[in-house]
Amino acid sequence: MQADQPETREAAGTDLFSKFDPIIQMREKLLGTGIEDPFSLVMERVLSPTRAVCNGRETILLGTYNYMGMTFDPDVIEAGKQALADFGAGTTGSRVLNGTYQGHKDVEQALCDFYDMDHAMVFSTGYQANLGIISTIAGKGDYIVLDIDSHASIYDGCKMGDAEIVPFKHNDIEAMEKRLKRIPDGAGILVVLEGVYSMLGDVAPLKEMVAVAKKHGAMVLVDEAHSMGFIGENGRGVAEQAGVMDDVDFIIGTFSKSVGTVGGFCVSNHPKFEIMRLVCRPYTFTASLPPSVVATACTSIRKLGQASNKRAHLWENSKRLHGGLKDLGFTLGTETPESAIIAVIMPDLEKGAAMWEALLKGGLYVNLARPPATPANMTLLRCSLCAEHSESEVEEILEIFENAGKSVGII
Amino acid sequence: MDRAEVDRRIRKLIEPFNKKGVTITDETTFANDLEFDSLTVMDFVAEIEDEFDIIISMNQQAEIENYGQLVDAVYKLQVDPS
Ligand SMILES: Cc1ncc(COP(=O)(O)O)c(C=O)c1O
Repeated sequence: MQADQPETREAAGTDLFSKFDPIIQMREKLLGTGIEDPFSLVMERVLSPTRAVCNGRETILLGTYNYMGMTFDPDVIEAGKQALADFGAGTTGSRVLNGTYQGHKDVEQALCDFYDMDHAMVFSTGYQANLGIISTIAGKGDYIVLDIDSHASIYDGCKMGDAEIVPFKHNDIEAMEKRLKRIPDGAGILVVLEGVYSMLGDVAPLKEMVAVAKKHGAMVLVDEAHSMGFIGENGRGVAEQAGVMDDVDFIIGTFSKSVGTVGGFCVSNHPKFEIMRLVCRPYTFTASLPPSVVATACTSIRKLGQASNKRAHLWENSKRLHGGLKDLGFTLGTETPESAIIAVIMPDLEKGAAMWEALLKGGLYVNLARPPATPANMTLLRCSLCAEHSESEVEEILEIFENAGKSVGII
Repeated sequence: MDRAEVDRRIRKLIEPFNKKGVTITDETTFANDLEFDSLTVMDFVAEIEDEFDIIISMNQQAEIENYGQLVDAVYKLQVDPS
């Protein structure tokens, strides 16, 4: 516009990376204290679902989301080996072209059986399942009403689509209803909830929330990533436990937690659900999962349906760890154990990182979660239990926590 | 409700969130001048939504950087909610 001025832009050139300076500084400050980097741990060897060699030490794993310990299940491993031998290392293609093998159909059938639903669609990750389903079914003029603490993949699905995004306060039924009431008549509404919220390990009041959503004519999607295989009589999740399976339109899940491999899915009874395969871009424009992966997932899902003993043991572990940490004087994310995730709230990032390191040196791995991924800018040590943790391992875990907590000065 | 009335009501709602007592003009920004973090934004937006019985979607929030833009947006929304 100011054509008569000399052109200086080219020389000035902006470094596109300068926007990351605050996070680079935060990292340098943290590592400057001499701490082991919490975000670049390497597991050199994995011994079992609950043990690995990390940074040279044998370590109990308490931050892997491997809730049901299926990663080393002999039947699961065998199925994977067989598929690798019979079908090869990869499909080199999209599900809608050359990437649907018998194994993909089998795992989708296993999901239909597991959830007792008509349709199942498998994605390459749970992240892509949320991205694809949410961005595709809610379009221009529609409304997505979601919990403010929703997972990044849910937010990214919202951002990728054209719907109006309306968040409400975490697990607040009244706040959700107020927003539903204000949506203009005739607009399509998708309510997005999670069964278990992975930061604090708390559970959504799905019975009440799904009823409110239905009263206002909304369709309901529940992400059961952290409850599949564990919560509910058949391990279908919080929706099953709350008795609202019939009113949930879409369940999103992942193979990367209880199932013990990688992949994501959506199950539904919607009569037109199959059209999703043609209109959902994160399903279509990417390669399908390798044959070995879908074979391991299929075997694992079929076993999870029958795993009520393991579920019971996992509950015992969760109760013992929650009670034990509370007795030691730690501040926890929930008053009572609600899931297999127990979040220990740290006073700040420095103390949290110091505690994380003390635990690791004591032979225990947990997840360090920090802002902005956490609600209310909290620093959390997230513990996720496994059905394969033995009773004595849980006692050992509590001992490591006690020693670390005392040496860092948190308890 | 005219714009001045919308302005008056929002000015009252913002008081408890304006921790540092910043003088508020139409140009006052939420992120820089008022240093609102995402939680504060959620609580503040919820109060405005309840006061005016409207929805300010995240899409609309993304367009609002300063106080004047907020008053304009709320004024428009309560006249024509869709
Ligand atoms: C609630 C929730 N949804 C979706 C995902 C994504 O799963 P995946 O690891 O399969 O991409 C996760 C995992 O981080 C999650 O916690």
